[in-house]
Amino acid sequence: MSREVVITGLGMTTPVGGDVASTWQAVLAGTSGIRRIDAPWVADQPAKIAGIMAVDPGEVVERVEARRLDRGQQAALVATREAWAQAGAPEVDPTRLGAVISTGMGGLLSLMDAYDTLLDRGPSRISPHMVTQIMPNGPAAVVGLEVGARAGVHGQVSACASGAEAVSYAARMIQGGRADVVVCGGTEAVIHPITMAGFAAMRALSTRNDDPTAASRPYDLGRDGFVMGEGAGVLVLESAEFAAARGATILGIYGGAGLTSDGHHIAQPDPEGLGAARAIGFAIEDAGLSIDDIVHINAHATSTPQGDIAESVAIRGALGSHTDNVVVTGTKSMTGHLLGGAGAIESIFTVLALRDRLVPPTANLVDKDPEITLDVAAGAPRTLPAGDIAALNNSFGFGGHDVALVFRSA
Amino acid sequence: MSQEILDGLAVIVNEVAGVPVEDVQSDKSFVDDLDIDSLSMVEVVMAAEDKWGVKIPDSEVKNLKTVGDAVAYIAANQ
Repeated sequence: MSREVVITGLGMTTPVGGDVASTWQAVLAGTSGIRRIDAPWVADQPAKIAGIMAVDPGEVVERVEARRLDRGQQAALVATREAWAQAGAPEVDPTRLGAVISTGMGGLLSLMDAYDTLLDRGPSRISPHMVTQIMPNGPAAVVGLEVGARAGVHGQVSACASGAEAVSYAARMIQGGRADVVVCGGTEAVIHPITMAGFAAMRALSTRNDDPTAASRPYDLGRDGFVMGEGAGVLVLESAEFAAARGATILGIYGGAGLTSDGHHIAQPDPEGLGAARAIGFAIEDAGLSIDDIVHINAHATSTPQGDIAESVAIRGALGSHTDNVVVTGTKSMTGHLLGGAGAIESIFTVLALRDRLVPPTANLVDKDPEITLDVAAGAPRTLPAGDIAALNNSFGFGGHDVALVFRSA
Repeated sequence: MSQEILDGLAVIVNEVAGVPVEDVQSDKSFVDDLDIDSLSMVEVVMAAEDKWGVKIPDSEVKNLKTVGDAVAYIAANQ
């Protein structure tokens, strides 16, 4: 008998806010966090815009922490402290407490800084913290140490699906009996000339440089690629039993997960969306629900010409005619694409949408692509019905990773 | 001279590990009193080398148990 998993704490730092309350308010208002990158290196970059964290995590953590941690680790720590405090800092046997925090690319900023130091000043001046700053399990380790997790510390790596995969793995740790409480989510902070150039080389980025807040426009005919974002999202998951015993406030219920792979192309989505559709189906099945229970989807919706259509095809493939009854949104229109952090912050948005019965609008959706056959929230928040409802969060990653998560209202 | 080095070292230890400047005294042990781990010690050594133009080889670092040991080494070798 698998144990029910509930959500008792949420934390985030994003391009639109330094915490959950400010971020949620901003996305409900349709506010974009995308702006021009204020650095000389953007001059010869095709894409000169990004969603930079609204609050610099290096100014929030302790000075010594800022020195020792990569920017993505700092963001994860900020989000963890918020989530952990909201959960009421559960008193849990450390051997029953886990941490699962993902990143898509690891501590790339720290690596690049260290490489500059290596070239300028030689090997003797490389920081002894460099290795732990760049390792992809670093954010998980930092968060694990913060809360004192001894049941296991893990970092799932599946590019832009990483954050969602982390949440699914954390839930499995609880369902399978390894842990009672798991802090989970994802983080990313890799806005650097090397990544901007690399994604631009793939022709994946929007180059709407003259109008940053309009650049990320999922489902709109004028979309021309994703906009890089940075930040972190963290959720505290607990077994329902453990949460009830300590009288915790339940913010939402974890339903289930579906994880598949495309087997199609290293970076392009399968145009038929077969892997994504199977992931959605498995997630609903894992949650013990039926298609009709789904009222809302926080879509992956990165604002790439191909990806948005493939996801639309996948959703319709999985939900059939019920698709018409589901309110879809693309919050990357406001936050940009947080890569390994995306699945985590969007899981939080999904939980909040179910709690507040409000779906944030997709910003910049003016001229909807006729190939998108979804009911997309735009212009203003959309309300969700009362009673027991459920929603999906989709996350897909370069490499052909498909992760769908189901959440239920508390 | 030594006081100047002590003061400078206190600033470095504070920067690296967040130890209050006034706690960094000659008789304090880096490990036992100031909670400086081996990674932070590497940072302290690097910063001291840069500040005073000395070379502190690893073989010497293990002999620098107290802040006073480090001050004396720097004073003698700069």
